[in-house]
Amino acid sequence: MNKTTLLCFTAALALMAGPALGQVKVKIGFVNTFSGPNATIGNDMRDAFELALDHLGRKMGGVDVEAIYEDDQQKPDVGKQKTEKLIQSDKVNFLTGYIWSNVLLASVKSAIDSQTFLISGNAGPSQLAGELCNPYFFSASWQNDQTPMAMGEALNQRGIKKIFIMAPNYAAGKDMAAGVKSTFKGEVVGEEYTKWPDQLDFSAELSKVRAARPDALFVFYPGAAGVQILNQYIQAGLKAQVPFYSAYTIDAITLPLQKDNALGALGTQSWVNDLQNDANKKFVADFRKKYNRMPSFYAAQQYDAVMLIDSAVRSVKGALGDKDGIRAALRKADFKSVRGEFKFNQNHFPIQNFYLQETVREASGELNLKTIATVFKDHKDLHQPKCQMKW
Amino acid sequence: MMRPASLSSPSNLAAALILVLLALLPLFAELLASPFLVTLFTRMLIYAIAATSLNLILGYGGMVSFGHAMYIGIGGYVVGIMASHGVHAGWLQWPLAIAISALFALVIGALCLRTRGVYFIMITLAFAQMVYFMGVGLEEYGGDDGLTIYNRSSFGSLLNLSDKRVFYYVCLALLVGALYLVHRLVQSRFGMVLRGSKSNDRRMQAIGFPTYRYRLTGFVIAGMICGLSGALMANHNEFVSPAMMHWVQSGDLIVMVVLGGMGTAAGPLFGALAFLLVEYLLSRITEYWQIIFGPLLILVVLFARGGIGSLFDMLEGRRRG
Amino acid sequence: MTILILEQSLNGLQLGLLLFLLAAGLTLVFGIMDLVNLAHGSMYMIGAFLAATFAGWTDSFILGALLALPATLLVGIVTEMICLRTLYPRDHLDQVLATFGLILFFNEAVRLIWGPAGMSLPLPQFLSTSVEILPDVRYPTYRLSIIGVGLAVAVFLYVLVQRTRLGMLIRAGASNREMIGALGIDIKLLYTLVFGLGAALAALAGLMAAPILTAQIGMGENILILSFVVIVIGGIGSIRGAFVAALIVGMIDTVGRAFLPELLRLFLDRAAAATAAPAISSMLIYMLMAAILVLRPQGLFPAPGK
Repeated sequence: MNKTTLLCFTAALALMAGPALGQVKVKIGFVNTFSGPNATIGNDMRDAFELALDHLGRKMGGVDVEAIYEDDQQKPDVGKQKTEKLIQSDKVNFLTGYIWSNVLLASVKSAIDSQTFLISGNAGPSQLAGELCNPYFFSASWQNDQTPMAMGEALNQRGIKKIFIMAPNYAAGKDMAAGVKSTFKGEVVGEEYTKWPDQLDFSAELSKVRAARPDALFVFYPGAAGVQILNQYIQAGLKAQVPFYSAYTIDAITLPLQKDNALGALGTQSWVNDLQNDANKKFVADFRKKYNRMPSFYAAQQYDAVMLIDSAVRSVKGALGDKDGIRAALRKADFKSVRGEFKFNQNHFPIQNFYLQETVREASGELNLKTIATVFKDHKDLHQPKCQMKW
Repeated sequence: MMRPASLSSPSNLAAALILVLLALLPLFAELLASPFLVTLFTRMLIYAIAATSLNLILGYGGMVSFGHAMYIGIGGYVVGIMASHGVHAGWLQWPLAIAISALFALVIGALCLRTRGVYFIMITLAFAQMVYFMGVGLEEYGGDDGLTIYNRSSFGSLLNLSDKRVFYYVCLALLVGALYLVHRLVQSRFGMVLRGSKSNDRRMQAIGFPTYRYRLTGFVIAGMICGLSGALMANHNEFVSPAMMHWVQSGDLIVMVVLGGMGTAAGPLFGALAFLLVEYLLSRITEYWQIIFGPLLILVVLFARGGIGSLFDMLEGRRRG
Repeated sequence: MTILILEQSLNGLQLGLLLFLLAAGLTLVFGIMDLVNLAHGSMYMIGAFLAATFAGWTDSFILGALLALPATLLVGIVTEMICLRTLYPRDHLDQVLATFGLILFFNEAVRLIWGPAGMSLPLPQFLSTSVEILPDVRYPTYRLSIIGVGLAVAVFLYVLVQRTRLGMLIRAGASNREMIGALGIDIKLLYTLVFGLGAALAALAGLMAAPILTAQIGMGENILILSFVVIVIGGIGSIRGAFVAALIVGMIDTVGRAFLPELLRLFLDRAAAATAAPAISSMLIYMLMAAILVLRPQGLFPAPGK
């Protein structure tokens, strides 16, 4: 083997290996969807992530922050690879982002094995709240079941007796259906699970909704699919027959595409843009100023996740090797959340309020989401008892 | 039996050099303090094994299977399902992954090989889609979401696959084994019939060879090798999902084989390395890497028919001439 | 129950006709030029994006659709002249690879131009409602109009292929390629025309699907595989075969999704049936295709002379 070949080979490998070790930084790996139809969610969360860093002066506990973004393409296997790359190649101190339950479930083992803290910005599959709960995993969002549980309760309050459930056939879809069924007291007259994320034509399912004659339709279709389900529901003329209730289907990202179709539709959420607390007012105002649009709940949760990480890094004064200290600080959650008060349950999922929101037209003519009632106060998820972790 | 001439061709010398460098890779990774390189190249080695298996039927046998990634999924799911039931012994997992892949290949091949040309492409795709949706329907093993594997295959105290470097060398050894096996097969009487039926099936039949049986045997062997790569992939990712056998994955495998040089001993090695390296490096340069990768692929098809292997041979020829 | 069956049959018919629009172009290109064109789905996607863009500019769905058709036809012709033309003499493997490369290129090009979010194509008021087709049975107006357009195109293609000079050449080409050359026809021009026609039909399917599905990057790939299933079942090169097969595939897909969960519930509990049904109904189509290929390797309606 001659020298030049060897030299070229080493150089090529060095190129692939990425940047060499520099000065100490807080490295945060951000895994999210930046390609495909749901890249809008990933970009919204990235924008909130950047805004949070701006608010912190791009420092945590006096240490510079470096953010590294990776695209999971909404595929579990890709998300897993990118997570490994962030851990092994970039040697990140924290992982965050993660919209999709299935991507998170595939990736979380790598984080746990390498003792890297993972703070989910959105996904909250039931396993991680229950039997798979872990000292290195925290959720800054919610457990999947909670929002639909609030919806089930809201349906009871509104006197609805028969519902039809539609959701995609993946981890979160099944959690959502289970959640609404756990609190809804009436009868579930039909359930449809559609192929995710490929199936976008819901004609066969909507025909069955019509035939079943329920009092209400409950759907969970996050991201781009939320636009299609709502359009097709309107086109089928179902609006006059079966009212539309949803979780994570109408938000600040989909609303500009759903337009008037969304008017009057009800949903539940743990954060709404009009919540009255100082942190939220600042977040919403600065987000609108910087990006010229409304933040979504995804953005709000991601903002909280960054503030949570900051509170932990400050507490250990930048000693990133002090894992126990970081964990203790994360559990305290000593930061100003855009959701008001914020505290963790024993399984590292938040205890929080859930609100009923409605799509309304503002005096200015633009569509917006408004809080109309508080459904649950300080709600805990159902899976905590299955979690062995104690602190 | 073996032809020394073909082994010392420039492309095979290049392949030997690459294999030596691959063997040294973990040392380089250590020097550069970048353990991720080992992970990155492990994935390439596993794909190279899968491409080697496809090369046997596509390159030498002329069978354009558009569903070859199916066996990666089958092998992977065998490991995943056994692991989820607490069976971690590699001595059981891996042979079973190979055996079940063989079973699928036997049934599917027996039906598919009745067709020819573009119908063969389509029917292999159809079966791969069926298996894909079977994976989606495996509700108790995660369905669409896939299945996380919490323990890698265990080989007692002999091999600890959780050690990334040990696993890397296992993959490298199996790749060398697969390349050698395919090489020997192709040079044998069996390989002669296989190659003969690619260029003129009727003539081979007329001479008195039951080519259908030979082609089916090739199809099953390819499925078995690819099933093994699936078992490796499951261990590498510690995760299996139907996405492993999506039809685009089958397309990628074909691209690797053609890129490296169809029907050449070292082609799949070149092809898999080049494909995954270009994908990795381009995606680091730009988010829009496919806009470069797509036309690159077209140019290779149009102007570099023989793939990378023939490029090495051409360079050598030019130097001599 | 009968109402539900009627409604689901219409859903199946609508999906089938959408598939037919794609499959018709694909089978023509395949039958005449012997080209396996994976990038056909890209024309479907481009048609949808162009229609959404033009509809935004002109503020009219109809105008947007009418402008998108010739625009996509142009894109198709340019693609044919620059790239695909060189692929006609190559073997199928080369064609699959090169057009696979084209898919990657078109997807990224659309992402560069229109961004990753996709575009919605709002329907005019008169189309975004439902009509009473039978007493007490309502069906979306827009889906009915897709059925109407699909049937009209089928009739148009029938007349074009059976009654015109161009159609005669197309039929001749599908069964014997050398013969048209011997007739002294400019084959290059014929090929370009046929390809453009196929692209325009794909665009029509794409822009009609866009109000239902929204225009998305990669929307062509899933439907492309289904279209290939259709032309293989129907017999390559046969428009009639494509029509029949498209309706069969559309029906099976819809009926499977609609009634399989109830059927499975006889053997499984409700939740298991609801989750297994989508997977099994997706498999049905491929089982049909495999069965047909094993029993009739040339498809249901093989083009004569092949």
